[in-house]
Amino acid sequence: MKLYEHQARDLLSAAGIPVPPGKVAQSPEEALGAARELGLPVMLKAQVLVGGRGKAGGVKQARTLEEVRARAREILSLRIKEVPVRRLLVVKAADIRREYYLGLTVDRTARKAVAIVSASGGVDIEELAVREPQAILTAHIDPRGPDQAELGRLLARVFPPAQAPAALRTLSALYELFRAKDASLVEINPYAELSDGSLLAVDAKVILDDNGLARHPELEAYRNAEEYSAEETAARAAGLSFVSLEGDIGCIVNGAGLAMATMDQIKLFGGAPANFLDVGGSSSPEKVLTALNILRGNPRLKAILINIFGGITRCDDIARGILIARRQADLRLPLVIRLIGTNQKEGAALLAGEGLTALEDMSEAVRKVLEESRA
Amino acid sequence: MSILIGADTRVIVQGITGRDGSFHALSMREYGTRVVGGVTPGKGGQDVQGIPVFESVKEAVAETGAEASVIFVPARSATAALREAAEAGLPLVVCITEGIPVLEMLANYHYVRERGVRLIGPNCPGLITPGQAKAGIMPGPIHMPGGVGVISRSGTLTYEVVYNLTRGGLGQSTCVGIGGDPVVGTGYLELLEMFERDPGTRAVVLIGEIGGEEEELAAGYIRSSMSKPVVAFISGRTAPPGKRMGHAGAIISGGKGTAEAKVRAFQQAGVQVADRPDQIPALIRRRLGEP
Repeated sequence: MKLYEHQARDLLSAAGIPVPPGKVAQSPEEALGAARELGLPVMLKAQVLVGGRGKAGGVKQARTLEEVRARAREILSLRIKEVPVRRLLVVKAADIRREYYLGLTVDRTARKAVAIVSASGGVDIEELAVREPQAILTAHIDPRGPDQAELGRLLARVFPPAQAPAALRTLSALYELFRAKDASLVEINPYAELSDGSLLAVDAKVILDDNGLARHPELEAYRNAEEYSAEETAARAAGLSFVSLEGDIGCIVNGAGLAMATMDQIKLFGGAPANFLDVGGSSSPEKVLTALNILRGNPRLKAILINIFGGITRCDDIARGILIARRQADLRLPLVIRLIGTNQKEGAALLAGEGLTALEDMSEAVRKVLEESRA
Repeated sequence: MSILIGADTRVIVQGITGRDGSFHALSMREYGTRVVGGVTPGKGGQDVQGIPVFESVKEAVAETGAEASVIFVPARSATAALREAAEAGLPLVVCITEGIPVLEMLANYHYVRERGVRLIGPNCPGLITPGQAKAGIMPGPIHMPGGVGVISRSGTLTYEVVYNLTRGGLGQSTCVGIGGDPVVGTGYLELLEMFERDPGTRAVVLIGEIGGEEEELAAGYIRSSMSKPVVAFISGRTAPPGKRMGHAGAIISGGKGTAEAKVRAFQQAGVQVADRPDQIPALIRRRLGEP
C-alpha cells in the first residue's frame, strides 16, 4: 500500500526525523490559510500516488499570497497521469544547498533489507541507477539488526563530516520505521542540506507491505479509498484480488499466475483484458457470485471469461456460483467458461443441466470469448 | 529419479487438524506419499483418519523419523511453525501458507538457512514427484512420471503447464512451486542446479512472472552452467506498473521486474520463451531433438 507524501512525512516526523513545517489543503482558501500560518515563501505540492508530478506541474513555489491562491487553483485542477489532484501539501520553502538521497528497501535476491544512499538526490533514483549507477551506494542490513558502524562508514562516503552524524541518526530512525511498520520501501528524496548546514526530509515516500497490514490496524486509516476503482474496493471487501484494466474482456480466474497468463493470452490473440481477478484458492460459490457482480458493473465489458484450474478450488463450487449469479440477475453478457481439474465432471454436469458448456482447453476458451465479444 | 522428495520420504503435516491441513494430508496420503504424522499443539494423541497427531514437531520427528514437513498453518502462526520445524532438524520444510509479512520472512529465511534446512515457499503449492510423492496441494492426476523438471512461482499456472506437458506425452521428474512472495526459501538457481545434477531430469520448464530479478539471474545461470535444455514462460506481460497482481511478489516497480526484461534475458541466454502455456511441450521436444 503506497502512502501519500503527507502521510509518509507524518510517519517520518513521528519517528523523529526533521521535516519542513507543512499543512494539507483541499482548496485554494485552505492553501492560503496554511501559507499565512507557515509564512512565505511556500511550496505547493500535489498529493498523488503516481510518479512524475514535478514534470506534470504538480509542484510549485509561491512567494506571495496571490501566487499561493493562483498556483493552488492551478494544481488542484490538474490531472496527473489521469489522476485528479484532490489535495495539496503546503510546506515552508527551504533554502536548499545540496540534495541527497536516503532509502531502505528489500533486496529480494540477497533476502536482506538494504540501505541506499546517494549524493545525487532530488532526481528519480531509478533513472539515476540506470544513468549513473556509481552514484548510488548500498549496504545490506544484518537480519539481526543494523550495524551502526557499517552504516556510519556508508554515510561517510557521501556526507561531509559535519553532516554525517545527523544523517546516521536519520537513517537509523528510518530503518526503525521501516521495520516497525512492515514497510517495503521508505525513501527520503531529497534529503536536503540547508544553508545553515542542517538536514531536512523535504520529500518522503513510504510503501507498506500489504501482508503486514494485519499487524498494524492503525495504518489501515491511511488507506486511500479514492486511489482504487469502485470495483477494486468491492473486490477487496470480498477478499478477491482485483486490478482494473482498460480492455473489454472480463476475467475471472483462480490463482494469480494463471490470471496473469489469461490476460496475456487475451492480448496475444488480439483482445484486451478488462481486469485482473483472482478468486483465490478454496473458492466458494459466493466468491464467484461476488466476482461476477463486480465485473457486471463495468459498462465497457463485452464478454466474460471464467478460467478455472481446479486444485483446492473445486469446479463444482465454481459452477454453482455461476448458476446462482445467473438466477439472481440476468447476465446479458456472453460468458465463456473453462473448467478443468478437481471435480471437473461434476462442474460441467451442473452447467450442462442449465444449457451452459464448459470448455477444457485454455486457448480454445480465449479464442471463443474474443469471438463472442465481437459478435 | 527426482529431486527433494521420493516414494520413501517420510512427511509430516503441521496444522493437520485444520480444514486445509486435514484435507491435504489425506490427499497426499492417497497419492502415495508416506504421511507419517501431523502436528497440532493441544491435539497430540488424536489422529486424522489414522494419521497420528503430535504435540510438537520434535516429538513427531522422534516418533516417526520424519524427513519433511508441510506447513498449513495461518499466516500469523507461520513463523513459529517454520522455526519449530527448523529447530527439530527436518531437512526439508514446505510452507504453503500465504500472507506472511516480507520482513518476517527475511528473518525466517536466515533462521532456517543457519540450521541447514531446505525451505520451499511460502505462498506456494508445494512439490510433487509424480507417481511417488507429493508434499503440497496440487491435483495429483494431471501429473505423469517422466523427465521434465518444473520450477514455478505460481500455483494454478503450474497446473496449466503440467497439464499441457502430460497431454503432450511429456512426464515430469519433479515439479516445484517456489512461491509467489518476494522472499522465498529456495529460488530458481538452486533448483536449476539440482535438476542439472538429477539423472532423471532431461529438460526443465521455468515458469516466471513479473517482479524481482530472479528470472534474469536464472537466465545467466542457465547460459553459464546448464547443459540440459530449459524452456521458459513468463506471465504478466499485460500487467500495469505499480499494481500488485495478486502475488505479493508480482509487481513492476521503478521500471524493474517487467516481463519484457525477463523474456529478453532468457532469449539472450538461448532459452526459448513460450508465448502461451500450450506451446511448451513442442518447444521442449524440439530442444530434445524429438519429433
